[in-house]
Amino acid sequence: MAFLFYLLSGIALLSALMVVLSKSPINSVIYLIVCFLSIAGHYILLNAQFLAVVHIIVYTGAIMVVFLFVIMLLNLNKTNEPHKSVLTKFMAVISGGMLFLVLIAAAKGVNEMIVAKEFDANIGLVANLGKVLYTDYMIPFEASSVLFLSAMIGAVMLGKKDKK
Amino acid sequence: MIQDIPIQYFLIVSTTMFFIGVCGFIIRRNLITMLMAIELILNAVNINFVVFNKFLFPHQLQGHFFALIVVAIAAAEASVAIALFINIYRRFTNIEVENISEMKY
Repeated sequence: MAFLFYLLSGIALLSALMVVLSKSPINSVIYLIVCFLSIAGHYILLNAQFLAVVHIIVYTGAIMVVFLFVIMLLNLNKTNEPHKSVLTKFMAVISGGMLFLVLIAAAKGVNEMIVAKEFDANIGLVANLGKVLYTDYMIPFEASSVLFLSAMIGAVMLGKKDKK
Repeated sequence: MIQDIPIQYFLIVSTTMFFIGVCGFIIRRNLITMLMAIELILNAVNINFVVFNKFLFPHQLQGHFFALIVVAIAAAEASVAIALFINIYRRFTNIEVENISEMKY
């Protein structure tokens, strides 16, 4: 179990790094798919089986396919993307690194938390999640359908050609 | 068991992923790659939700629910952003952030 965790974490972090560093957008998308698959492995380790399946279907099945489709449609696979100056990169690393330090320092204080030892292995299955989804969180769940409707209308409105 | 791994290790993984996402958002100039960095940030937050749900409240499902909502919002956001990119490409014939400065000044 611990070995699986280290393996998945290593794959996830390395591929996340390669998403940012690789030159061509197609390579970035492929590395992002690898990263999402290893995150789904993390979810299975953490006993969230339904969430892992939804993650694979939505991210690698829908969003990444749209990304690849747009990159190939617009012919954006140019590797000579001019990079920002060294100063900008340095400032990005510094400013991101300060946030990183603060978050790591916060994570070190979790020692005092009481970690629950016993658990139910079936808690992440779709039956339990559906029960919670349709009773306690009914209103946010239904509101997300309105969000999807507005996103769909917005995408169609923005994507169509404006006639001059 | 999974409980043998300290909770800090999961938090360090998600924090590092968040950091990579923030840096990528600042460094890259391609709009699609910047959107990918945003997806990385959202996933780091998702890992945090599931980890805290698993380690602290294993009999409840709030963390799973919020992770599902984040996935839904990421899907909606990606669809609208890609429609915007196609529109920008029609007008400027490339999608780099430096060229899109009409509404800046």
